[in-house]
Amino acid sequence: MFAKLKKWNKEKMKAECPVCGAMIDLPEGTVVGELIECPDCGTELEVESLNPPTVKEAPQEEEDWGE
Amino acid sequence: MKIGLLHSLLRKDEKYLMDEFAKIKGVELVLIDDREITFNLGKDKFDVDVLIERCINHSRALHGLKLFEAAGIKCVNSYNVATICGDKLLTSVALAENNVSQPEVRVAFTEESALKAIEEMGYPVVLKPAVGSWGRLLSKINDKDAAEAILEHKTVLGSYHHSIFYIQKYVEKKGKDIRSFVVGDKCIAAIYRTSPHWITNTARGGVATNCPVTEELNDISVRAAQAVGGGIVAIDVFETEQCLMVNEVNYTMEYKNSITTTGVNIPQKMAEYILQVAEGK
Repeated sequence: MFAKLKKWNKEKMKAECPVCGAMIDLPEGTVVGELIECPDCGTELEVESLNPPTVKEAPQEEEDWGE
Repeated sequence: MKIGLLHSLLRKDEKYLMDEFAKIKGVELVLIDDREITFNLGKDKFDVDVLIERCINHSRALHGLKLFEAAGIKCVNSYNVATICGDKLLTSVALAENNVSQPEVRVAFTEESALKAIEEMGYPVVLKPAVGSWGRLLSKINDKDAAEAILEHKTVLGSYHHSIFYIQKYVEKKGKDIRSFVVGDKCIAAIYRTSPHWITNTARGGVATNCPVTEELNDISVRAAQAVGGGIVAIDVFETEQCLMVNEVNYTMEYKNSITTTGVNIPQKMAEYILQVAEGK
């Protein structure tokens, strides 16, 4: 029912930033759902898939986000 | 042992916690994305021994915790803790009931009665939404003109949430306050949050530096945590000349910028505590 934590295959993976087109390294240990920042344009991105590696713009802050 | 991690986006905070669980033998971490899960009331059977809540949305956290607990799963933090901490009014009531020092708080339900309360308290005061985080929609009110304007705007433009006026006496904190981290019955670390702005949240640019955990800070932090039901919480504390005062209690605490700052492996302490809960200790 739920996603299980999987080990990284140690193969360096890259995903394309949907905002600026930069190729972003996804380091070992990256998981689906992870929040990352594009090193080129600074956009906050969410890892959408690891196979193939894709990222999408992270959701915008909502009224009840917080601690 | 299976640990469920209820999450939305996986931020650095969650990643650090996942890394700590990965180091523990015999623990399987089960990721549960709140954007994908559905509940089937009365029929849910979740194959986890304990659930740690790390949602970004308060509403999902609150209702998710209720549903997991209804299915018999122990949760950290509990639904009751999330309910109290998620509402500043309920937090203030819990603190008052347990004699935990806090700034003067008044509550009113209408524009007119709120203005009356503010005038009686004296300026400045801070008007806060009872439910809200990261310093959103906080208003520091310095005089009657501002009070009338803010109250009218809230009444006319705000949703019904903003018709509960939570008014806190402004505390002069000399540019900084304290964020302490409580795990179980101990304050494990603390930071100062310094900002030229009166809002010192790190989400709003406050800079973190280490704050020594004194006996007094440990005492008020742990008592505040116990007042809201215990577990893993972060306490916002004002340091005044007279005493320490609790401002707020946070139940899905963020700590990614406080590990290096304090030298304390906060997610490791959290993981150890969660295992103890899972084992019924």
